[in-house]
Amino acid sequence: MSLVTMRGVSKLFHRGSEDIRVLDALDLDIQPGEFLALMGPSGSGKSTLLNLLAGLDQPTSGQIAIGGDRIEAMSRRQLANWRARHVGFVFQFYNLLPVLSAERNVELPLLLTNLSKAERRDHVATALKIVGLAHRAKHTPRTLSGGEQQRVGIARAIVTDPTLILADEPTGDLDRKTGDGILDLMQALNRDQKKTIVMVTHDPHAAARASRILYMVDGHVSNEMAA
Amino acid sequence: MKLIPLILSNFKRHKLRTILTILSIIVAFILFAYLSAIRNAFRAGITVAGADRLITRNRVTLIQPLPKAYESQIEQIPGVSIVTKASWFGGIYQDKPQAFPQIAVDPDEFLQVYPEFILTADEKKAWDATKTGCIVGKKVAEKYGFKVGDKIPIKATFNTPKSGGSLWTFDVVGIYHGAKPETDETTMYFRHDYLEENRLRGEGLTGWYYLKIADPKKAEEIVRRVDERFANSPYETKTETEKAFMRGFAEQAGNIGAIVVFILTAVFFTILVVAANTMAQAVRERIGELGVLKAIGFTDGQMLGLILAESLLIALIGGAVGLALGASFVKKGDPTGGGLPAFLLPTTDFLMGVAFVILLGIITGLWPALQAMRLNAVDALRRE
Repeated sequence: MSLVTMRGVSKLFHRGSEDIRVLDALDLDIQPGEFLALMGPSGSGKSTLLNLLAGLDQPTSGQIAIGGDRIEAMSRRQLANWRARHVGFVFQFYNLLPVLSAERNVELPLLLTNLSKAERRDHVATALKIVGLAHRAKHTPRTLSGGEQQRVGIARAIVTDPTLILADEPTGDLDRKTGDGILDLMQALNRDQKKTIVMVTHDPHAAARASRILYMVDGHVSNEMAA
Repeated sequence: MKLIPLILSNFKRHKLRTILTILSIIVAFILFAYLSAIRNAFRAGITVAGADRLITRNRVTLIQPLPKAYESQIEQIPGVSIVTKASWFGGIYQDKPQAFPQIAVDPDEFLQVYPEFILTADEKKAWDATKTGCIVGKKVAEKYGFKVGDKIPIKATFNTPKSGGSLWTFDVVGIYHGAKPETDETTMYFRHDYLEENRLRGEGLTGWYYLKIADPKKAEEIVRRVDERFANSPYETKTETEKAFMRGFAEQAGNIGAIVVFILTAVFFTILVVAANTMAQAVRERIGELGVLKAIGFTDGQMLGLILAESLLIALIGGAVGLALGASFVKKGDPTGGGLPAFLLPTTDFLMGVAFVILLGIITGLWPALQAMRLNAVDALRRE
C-alpha cells in the first residue's frame, strides 16, 4: 500500500487576472521507504508538489492521502499539527535559527510534542549522533561549516521520526564534496532507517542517489525512471 | 513553558537594540512613578479632606484675619458641632523660610476636628500643660532630628514678640503621625494662647476657623448661613468645604494633575512608538525563521503567542525595573524639602503602572504577532 497517494491534483495560482496552472491533474504514488527525486526546469511544479506533500499549501482540486490522512481537507491548525508529527524538512539554505545552538535547533520540532526535557535531550543526542555531529551540539550555526549546518538541518528533520522527509535542493548551497557527504547521509537514512524521502533537485548527480526519479514539465510528470 | 528559552533566545539577536528599548521603558516608568507621586502630593489635601469639615476665612484673602469673637457666633449656627481657630505663624527655622509651616491652634478642639493626627495620651496631656508646647509631624521630626523635650527657636517674620527681637521658642511635647499615608506630617502646631499673649500686634484676631459639622449633607446650608451671618461686616467671611479649600490651594500652582497627565501621555506615546518599532523590526527581519517554525508545525496560535510573549517580556522587564526604581526614588522623600508633604506613590497608581506595563506589551506586540500568525510559510521561506 502506498504511503502517499495523489489523485487528480491541480494547483492554480492567480497573477492579476491570469490563472497559472502549476500542477495539472497529477496522479502520484510513493511507497514506504522510497527515495524519490523530483527534477525538472524552474516553474515545472516540483517545489509546489513538495509544498503540497508537506501540507504547507493546499491543492486547488484533487486528493492527497499520506499515511491514510487526507490532508487536502485539513484546516490550517490541523495541518500544522499533522506537519509536526509526520513531516521532516531539509532546506536548501539550512534555515537554522542563528541564535540557537545546534542542539536547540534540533530540539525545535520536539517542543511541539509532549516529551519531557530529558526525553527531548535523548532524542536530540540520537539525531545529532546519526548525522555525525554529536561533538558540535553546543555550537551555533555561525561557527559551523555549510555541510555541518545542513547536517544539523537533517538532524532537525529526523528528530521526531517523521513519516516523510522532504528535501528542497539539500545540496544546492554546497560544494560537490560536501554535497556528496549529505547525499551519503540521506541514502543511509533511507537504507538503514527506512525513511521515505522526497527530494527536489536540479542536479542529476544528486538525483542519481534516489531510488526513483520523476521529471516534471509544465505541471505533469513527463518521464519517470528508476535510478 | 517549553517555549520560554526560544522566546528568550531572541533577545540575543540584537542585544543593543533590546537593551535600549528596555532602558527607554525603564525611564518611562520611573517618570510615571515620580510624576504620580507629584500629582498625589498636590491632591493629597483634597484626598484626605474630611467631608464633615468646613473652613471659614476672610472673604478678601486667606492672609486677612478674622475676629476671635466670630468663634462663639459660628458655634451657635445649627449643624456646627465644633469651631476652632487657627493662625499662620510664618516663622523661619535655621534661616530656611520653607523648612516647615507653623500653625497656632487650640489643642483640644483642633485634635477633635482632626482625629487623624495621632498623639499619645501623655503627649496630649503635656501639650495641655505646656503653654510653649508644640507638636511636630513625624517627617519634620525625622528631617530635623526633633524629639520630645527639645526647644525649637523660630524667627518671626510678622508676629513680632512683645519681649522684643524676633525669636520665639517652642518646647516639643509630642511627635504626631498621620492615620493615613496621605496625612500631612510636615507641620508644627503650637498653642494659640501662647501666640496671642506674646505677640505685639493682632490682639483679638485669628487667621481662620475650622468647623466640624454634624451632617455633611447639610454643608451647603451651613456654608450659606455662616457667610450670611457676617455679610456686610468689616470682616466678611468665605466658608467652603475643606475639599474645595484644598483644591483651591493646590490649584494656585496651576492644574498640576492635567500637566502631569499631559507629560505622561507624551512619554507613553513615545515609548509605544519605540517599542512597537522594535517589535515590528524584530519580526520583519526574521520572516524566514518564522516560516521555518510554521513549516516545522507551529500553529497560528503558537506564532501569535511567541511574538506577544516576547513583547510582553520586554515591557515587563522594563516596566518592573522602572516601577521599582521609581518607587524607591519616591521613597527617598519629598524632593522639595517640605513643599510636597504627601509625596508618595499610592497603591492604586502603582497598580495602574502595572496595568500600563501589560498594556504596553500587548499593544506593541499585537500587530507583529498578528503578522506572524497570518504568515504563509511558503511565502516566508521564499522571501528568505
